[in-house]
Amino acid sequence: MARKKRTFPEVPSASLADIAFLLIIFFIVSTTMDVDSGIYRVLPQWVENVEAPKINKRNTFVVLINKNNDLAINGEFAQVSDIKDRLKEFILNPTDNQNLSEKEEENIEGLGLIKRSKGIVSLQNDRGTDYGAYIEVQNELVKGFNELRDEFAMDHFGRKFDKLKEDEQEMVKKAVPTAISEAEPAEIK
Amino acid sequence: MSRFNPKGGKKEVPAITTASLPDIMFMLLFFFMVSTTLRENTINVSQSLPFATEITKLEKKSLVSYIYVGSPRKEYQSMFGTETRIQLDDKFATVSDLRGYIAGEWEKRAEEDRPKMTVSLKADEKTKMGIINEIKTELRKAEALKINYSAKKKVVNTKY
Repeated sequence: MARKKRTFPEVPSASLADIAFLLIIFFIVSTTMDVDSGIYRVLPQWVENVEAPKINKRNTFVVLINKNNDLAINGEFAQVSDIKDRLKEFILNPTDNQNLSEKEEENIEGLGLIKRSKGIVSLQNDRGTDYGAYIEVQNELVKGFNELRDEFAMDHFGRKFDKLKEDEQEMVKKAVPTAISEAEPAEIK
Repeated sequence: MSRFNPKGGKKEVPAITTASLPDIMFMLLFFFMVSTTLRENTINVSQSLPFATEITKLEKKSLVSYIYVGSPRKEYQSMFGTETRIQLDDKFATVSDLRGYIAGEWEKRAEEDRPKMTVSLKADEKTKMGIINEIKTELRKAEALKINYSAKKKVVNTKY
């Protein structure tokens, strides 16, 4: 007696597309595309009732934003686009101008004696300043420092800052520190 | 003239094969799974982030805590008004809640990750600096010093 050969029915795959489609919908709804990004800064440590350190006037670069989002650099009106170049001039001080930042000799491991600027940027704002304006200025300051680092890296290593090795980046960071001080806001009229 | 059609009947258009449809769907699915991230929490404050060029990406999501600042969305305005508010996790909060929140976030992380914890400040660009400064002071007091001012990439046209 010839036994009938049993054939297994194929699993129907017509609904597979629908299942996958459902999964896609789920992922579209429950996830976001945007990558979080922003300006990275490190805040200073909190110290109670500390006296402001005395810094020579020529070593400060005061950027002030008032409540109308007007900008002043060292007490004079300025435009946001001026900040970067003014900052670079202030830090580099190529002509040893008496009104721009002083330089001190600093021994950095791996680089030797380096002339480092003592300049500090003081970013001041009013309580009524818009956050957007503040970020715009903050961005220009960081851009200025990044360009200074790039130039420094170009001079000493022949490459841009982000192309350097990690220990070389550390050296450049020491030679060109991002000296941005964010004072608590005074009531600026 | 159906000389080559042995049955000589009506010509039928063959159905488009759907055998590859699941494969296409799976490809799309994998694309979405790889390129997106899970939504952390719903944001109850309206946000249009400021633009910046010198931005860094936040690499490790697990090390980031979020603070949202902005005016409440339309559906919450009847309850919370239109004044700028802070949102922590899913709830509206005040500046004084911040320190507890940071301490909680600090506890959640593994010990070796704690020094790398970053706070992402997602504030609307119309926010006044007063509230931002209060937040910053609280963060400094809570020793959460690594901060990321969340901003969108500004496309700069340099070719003029």
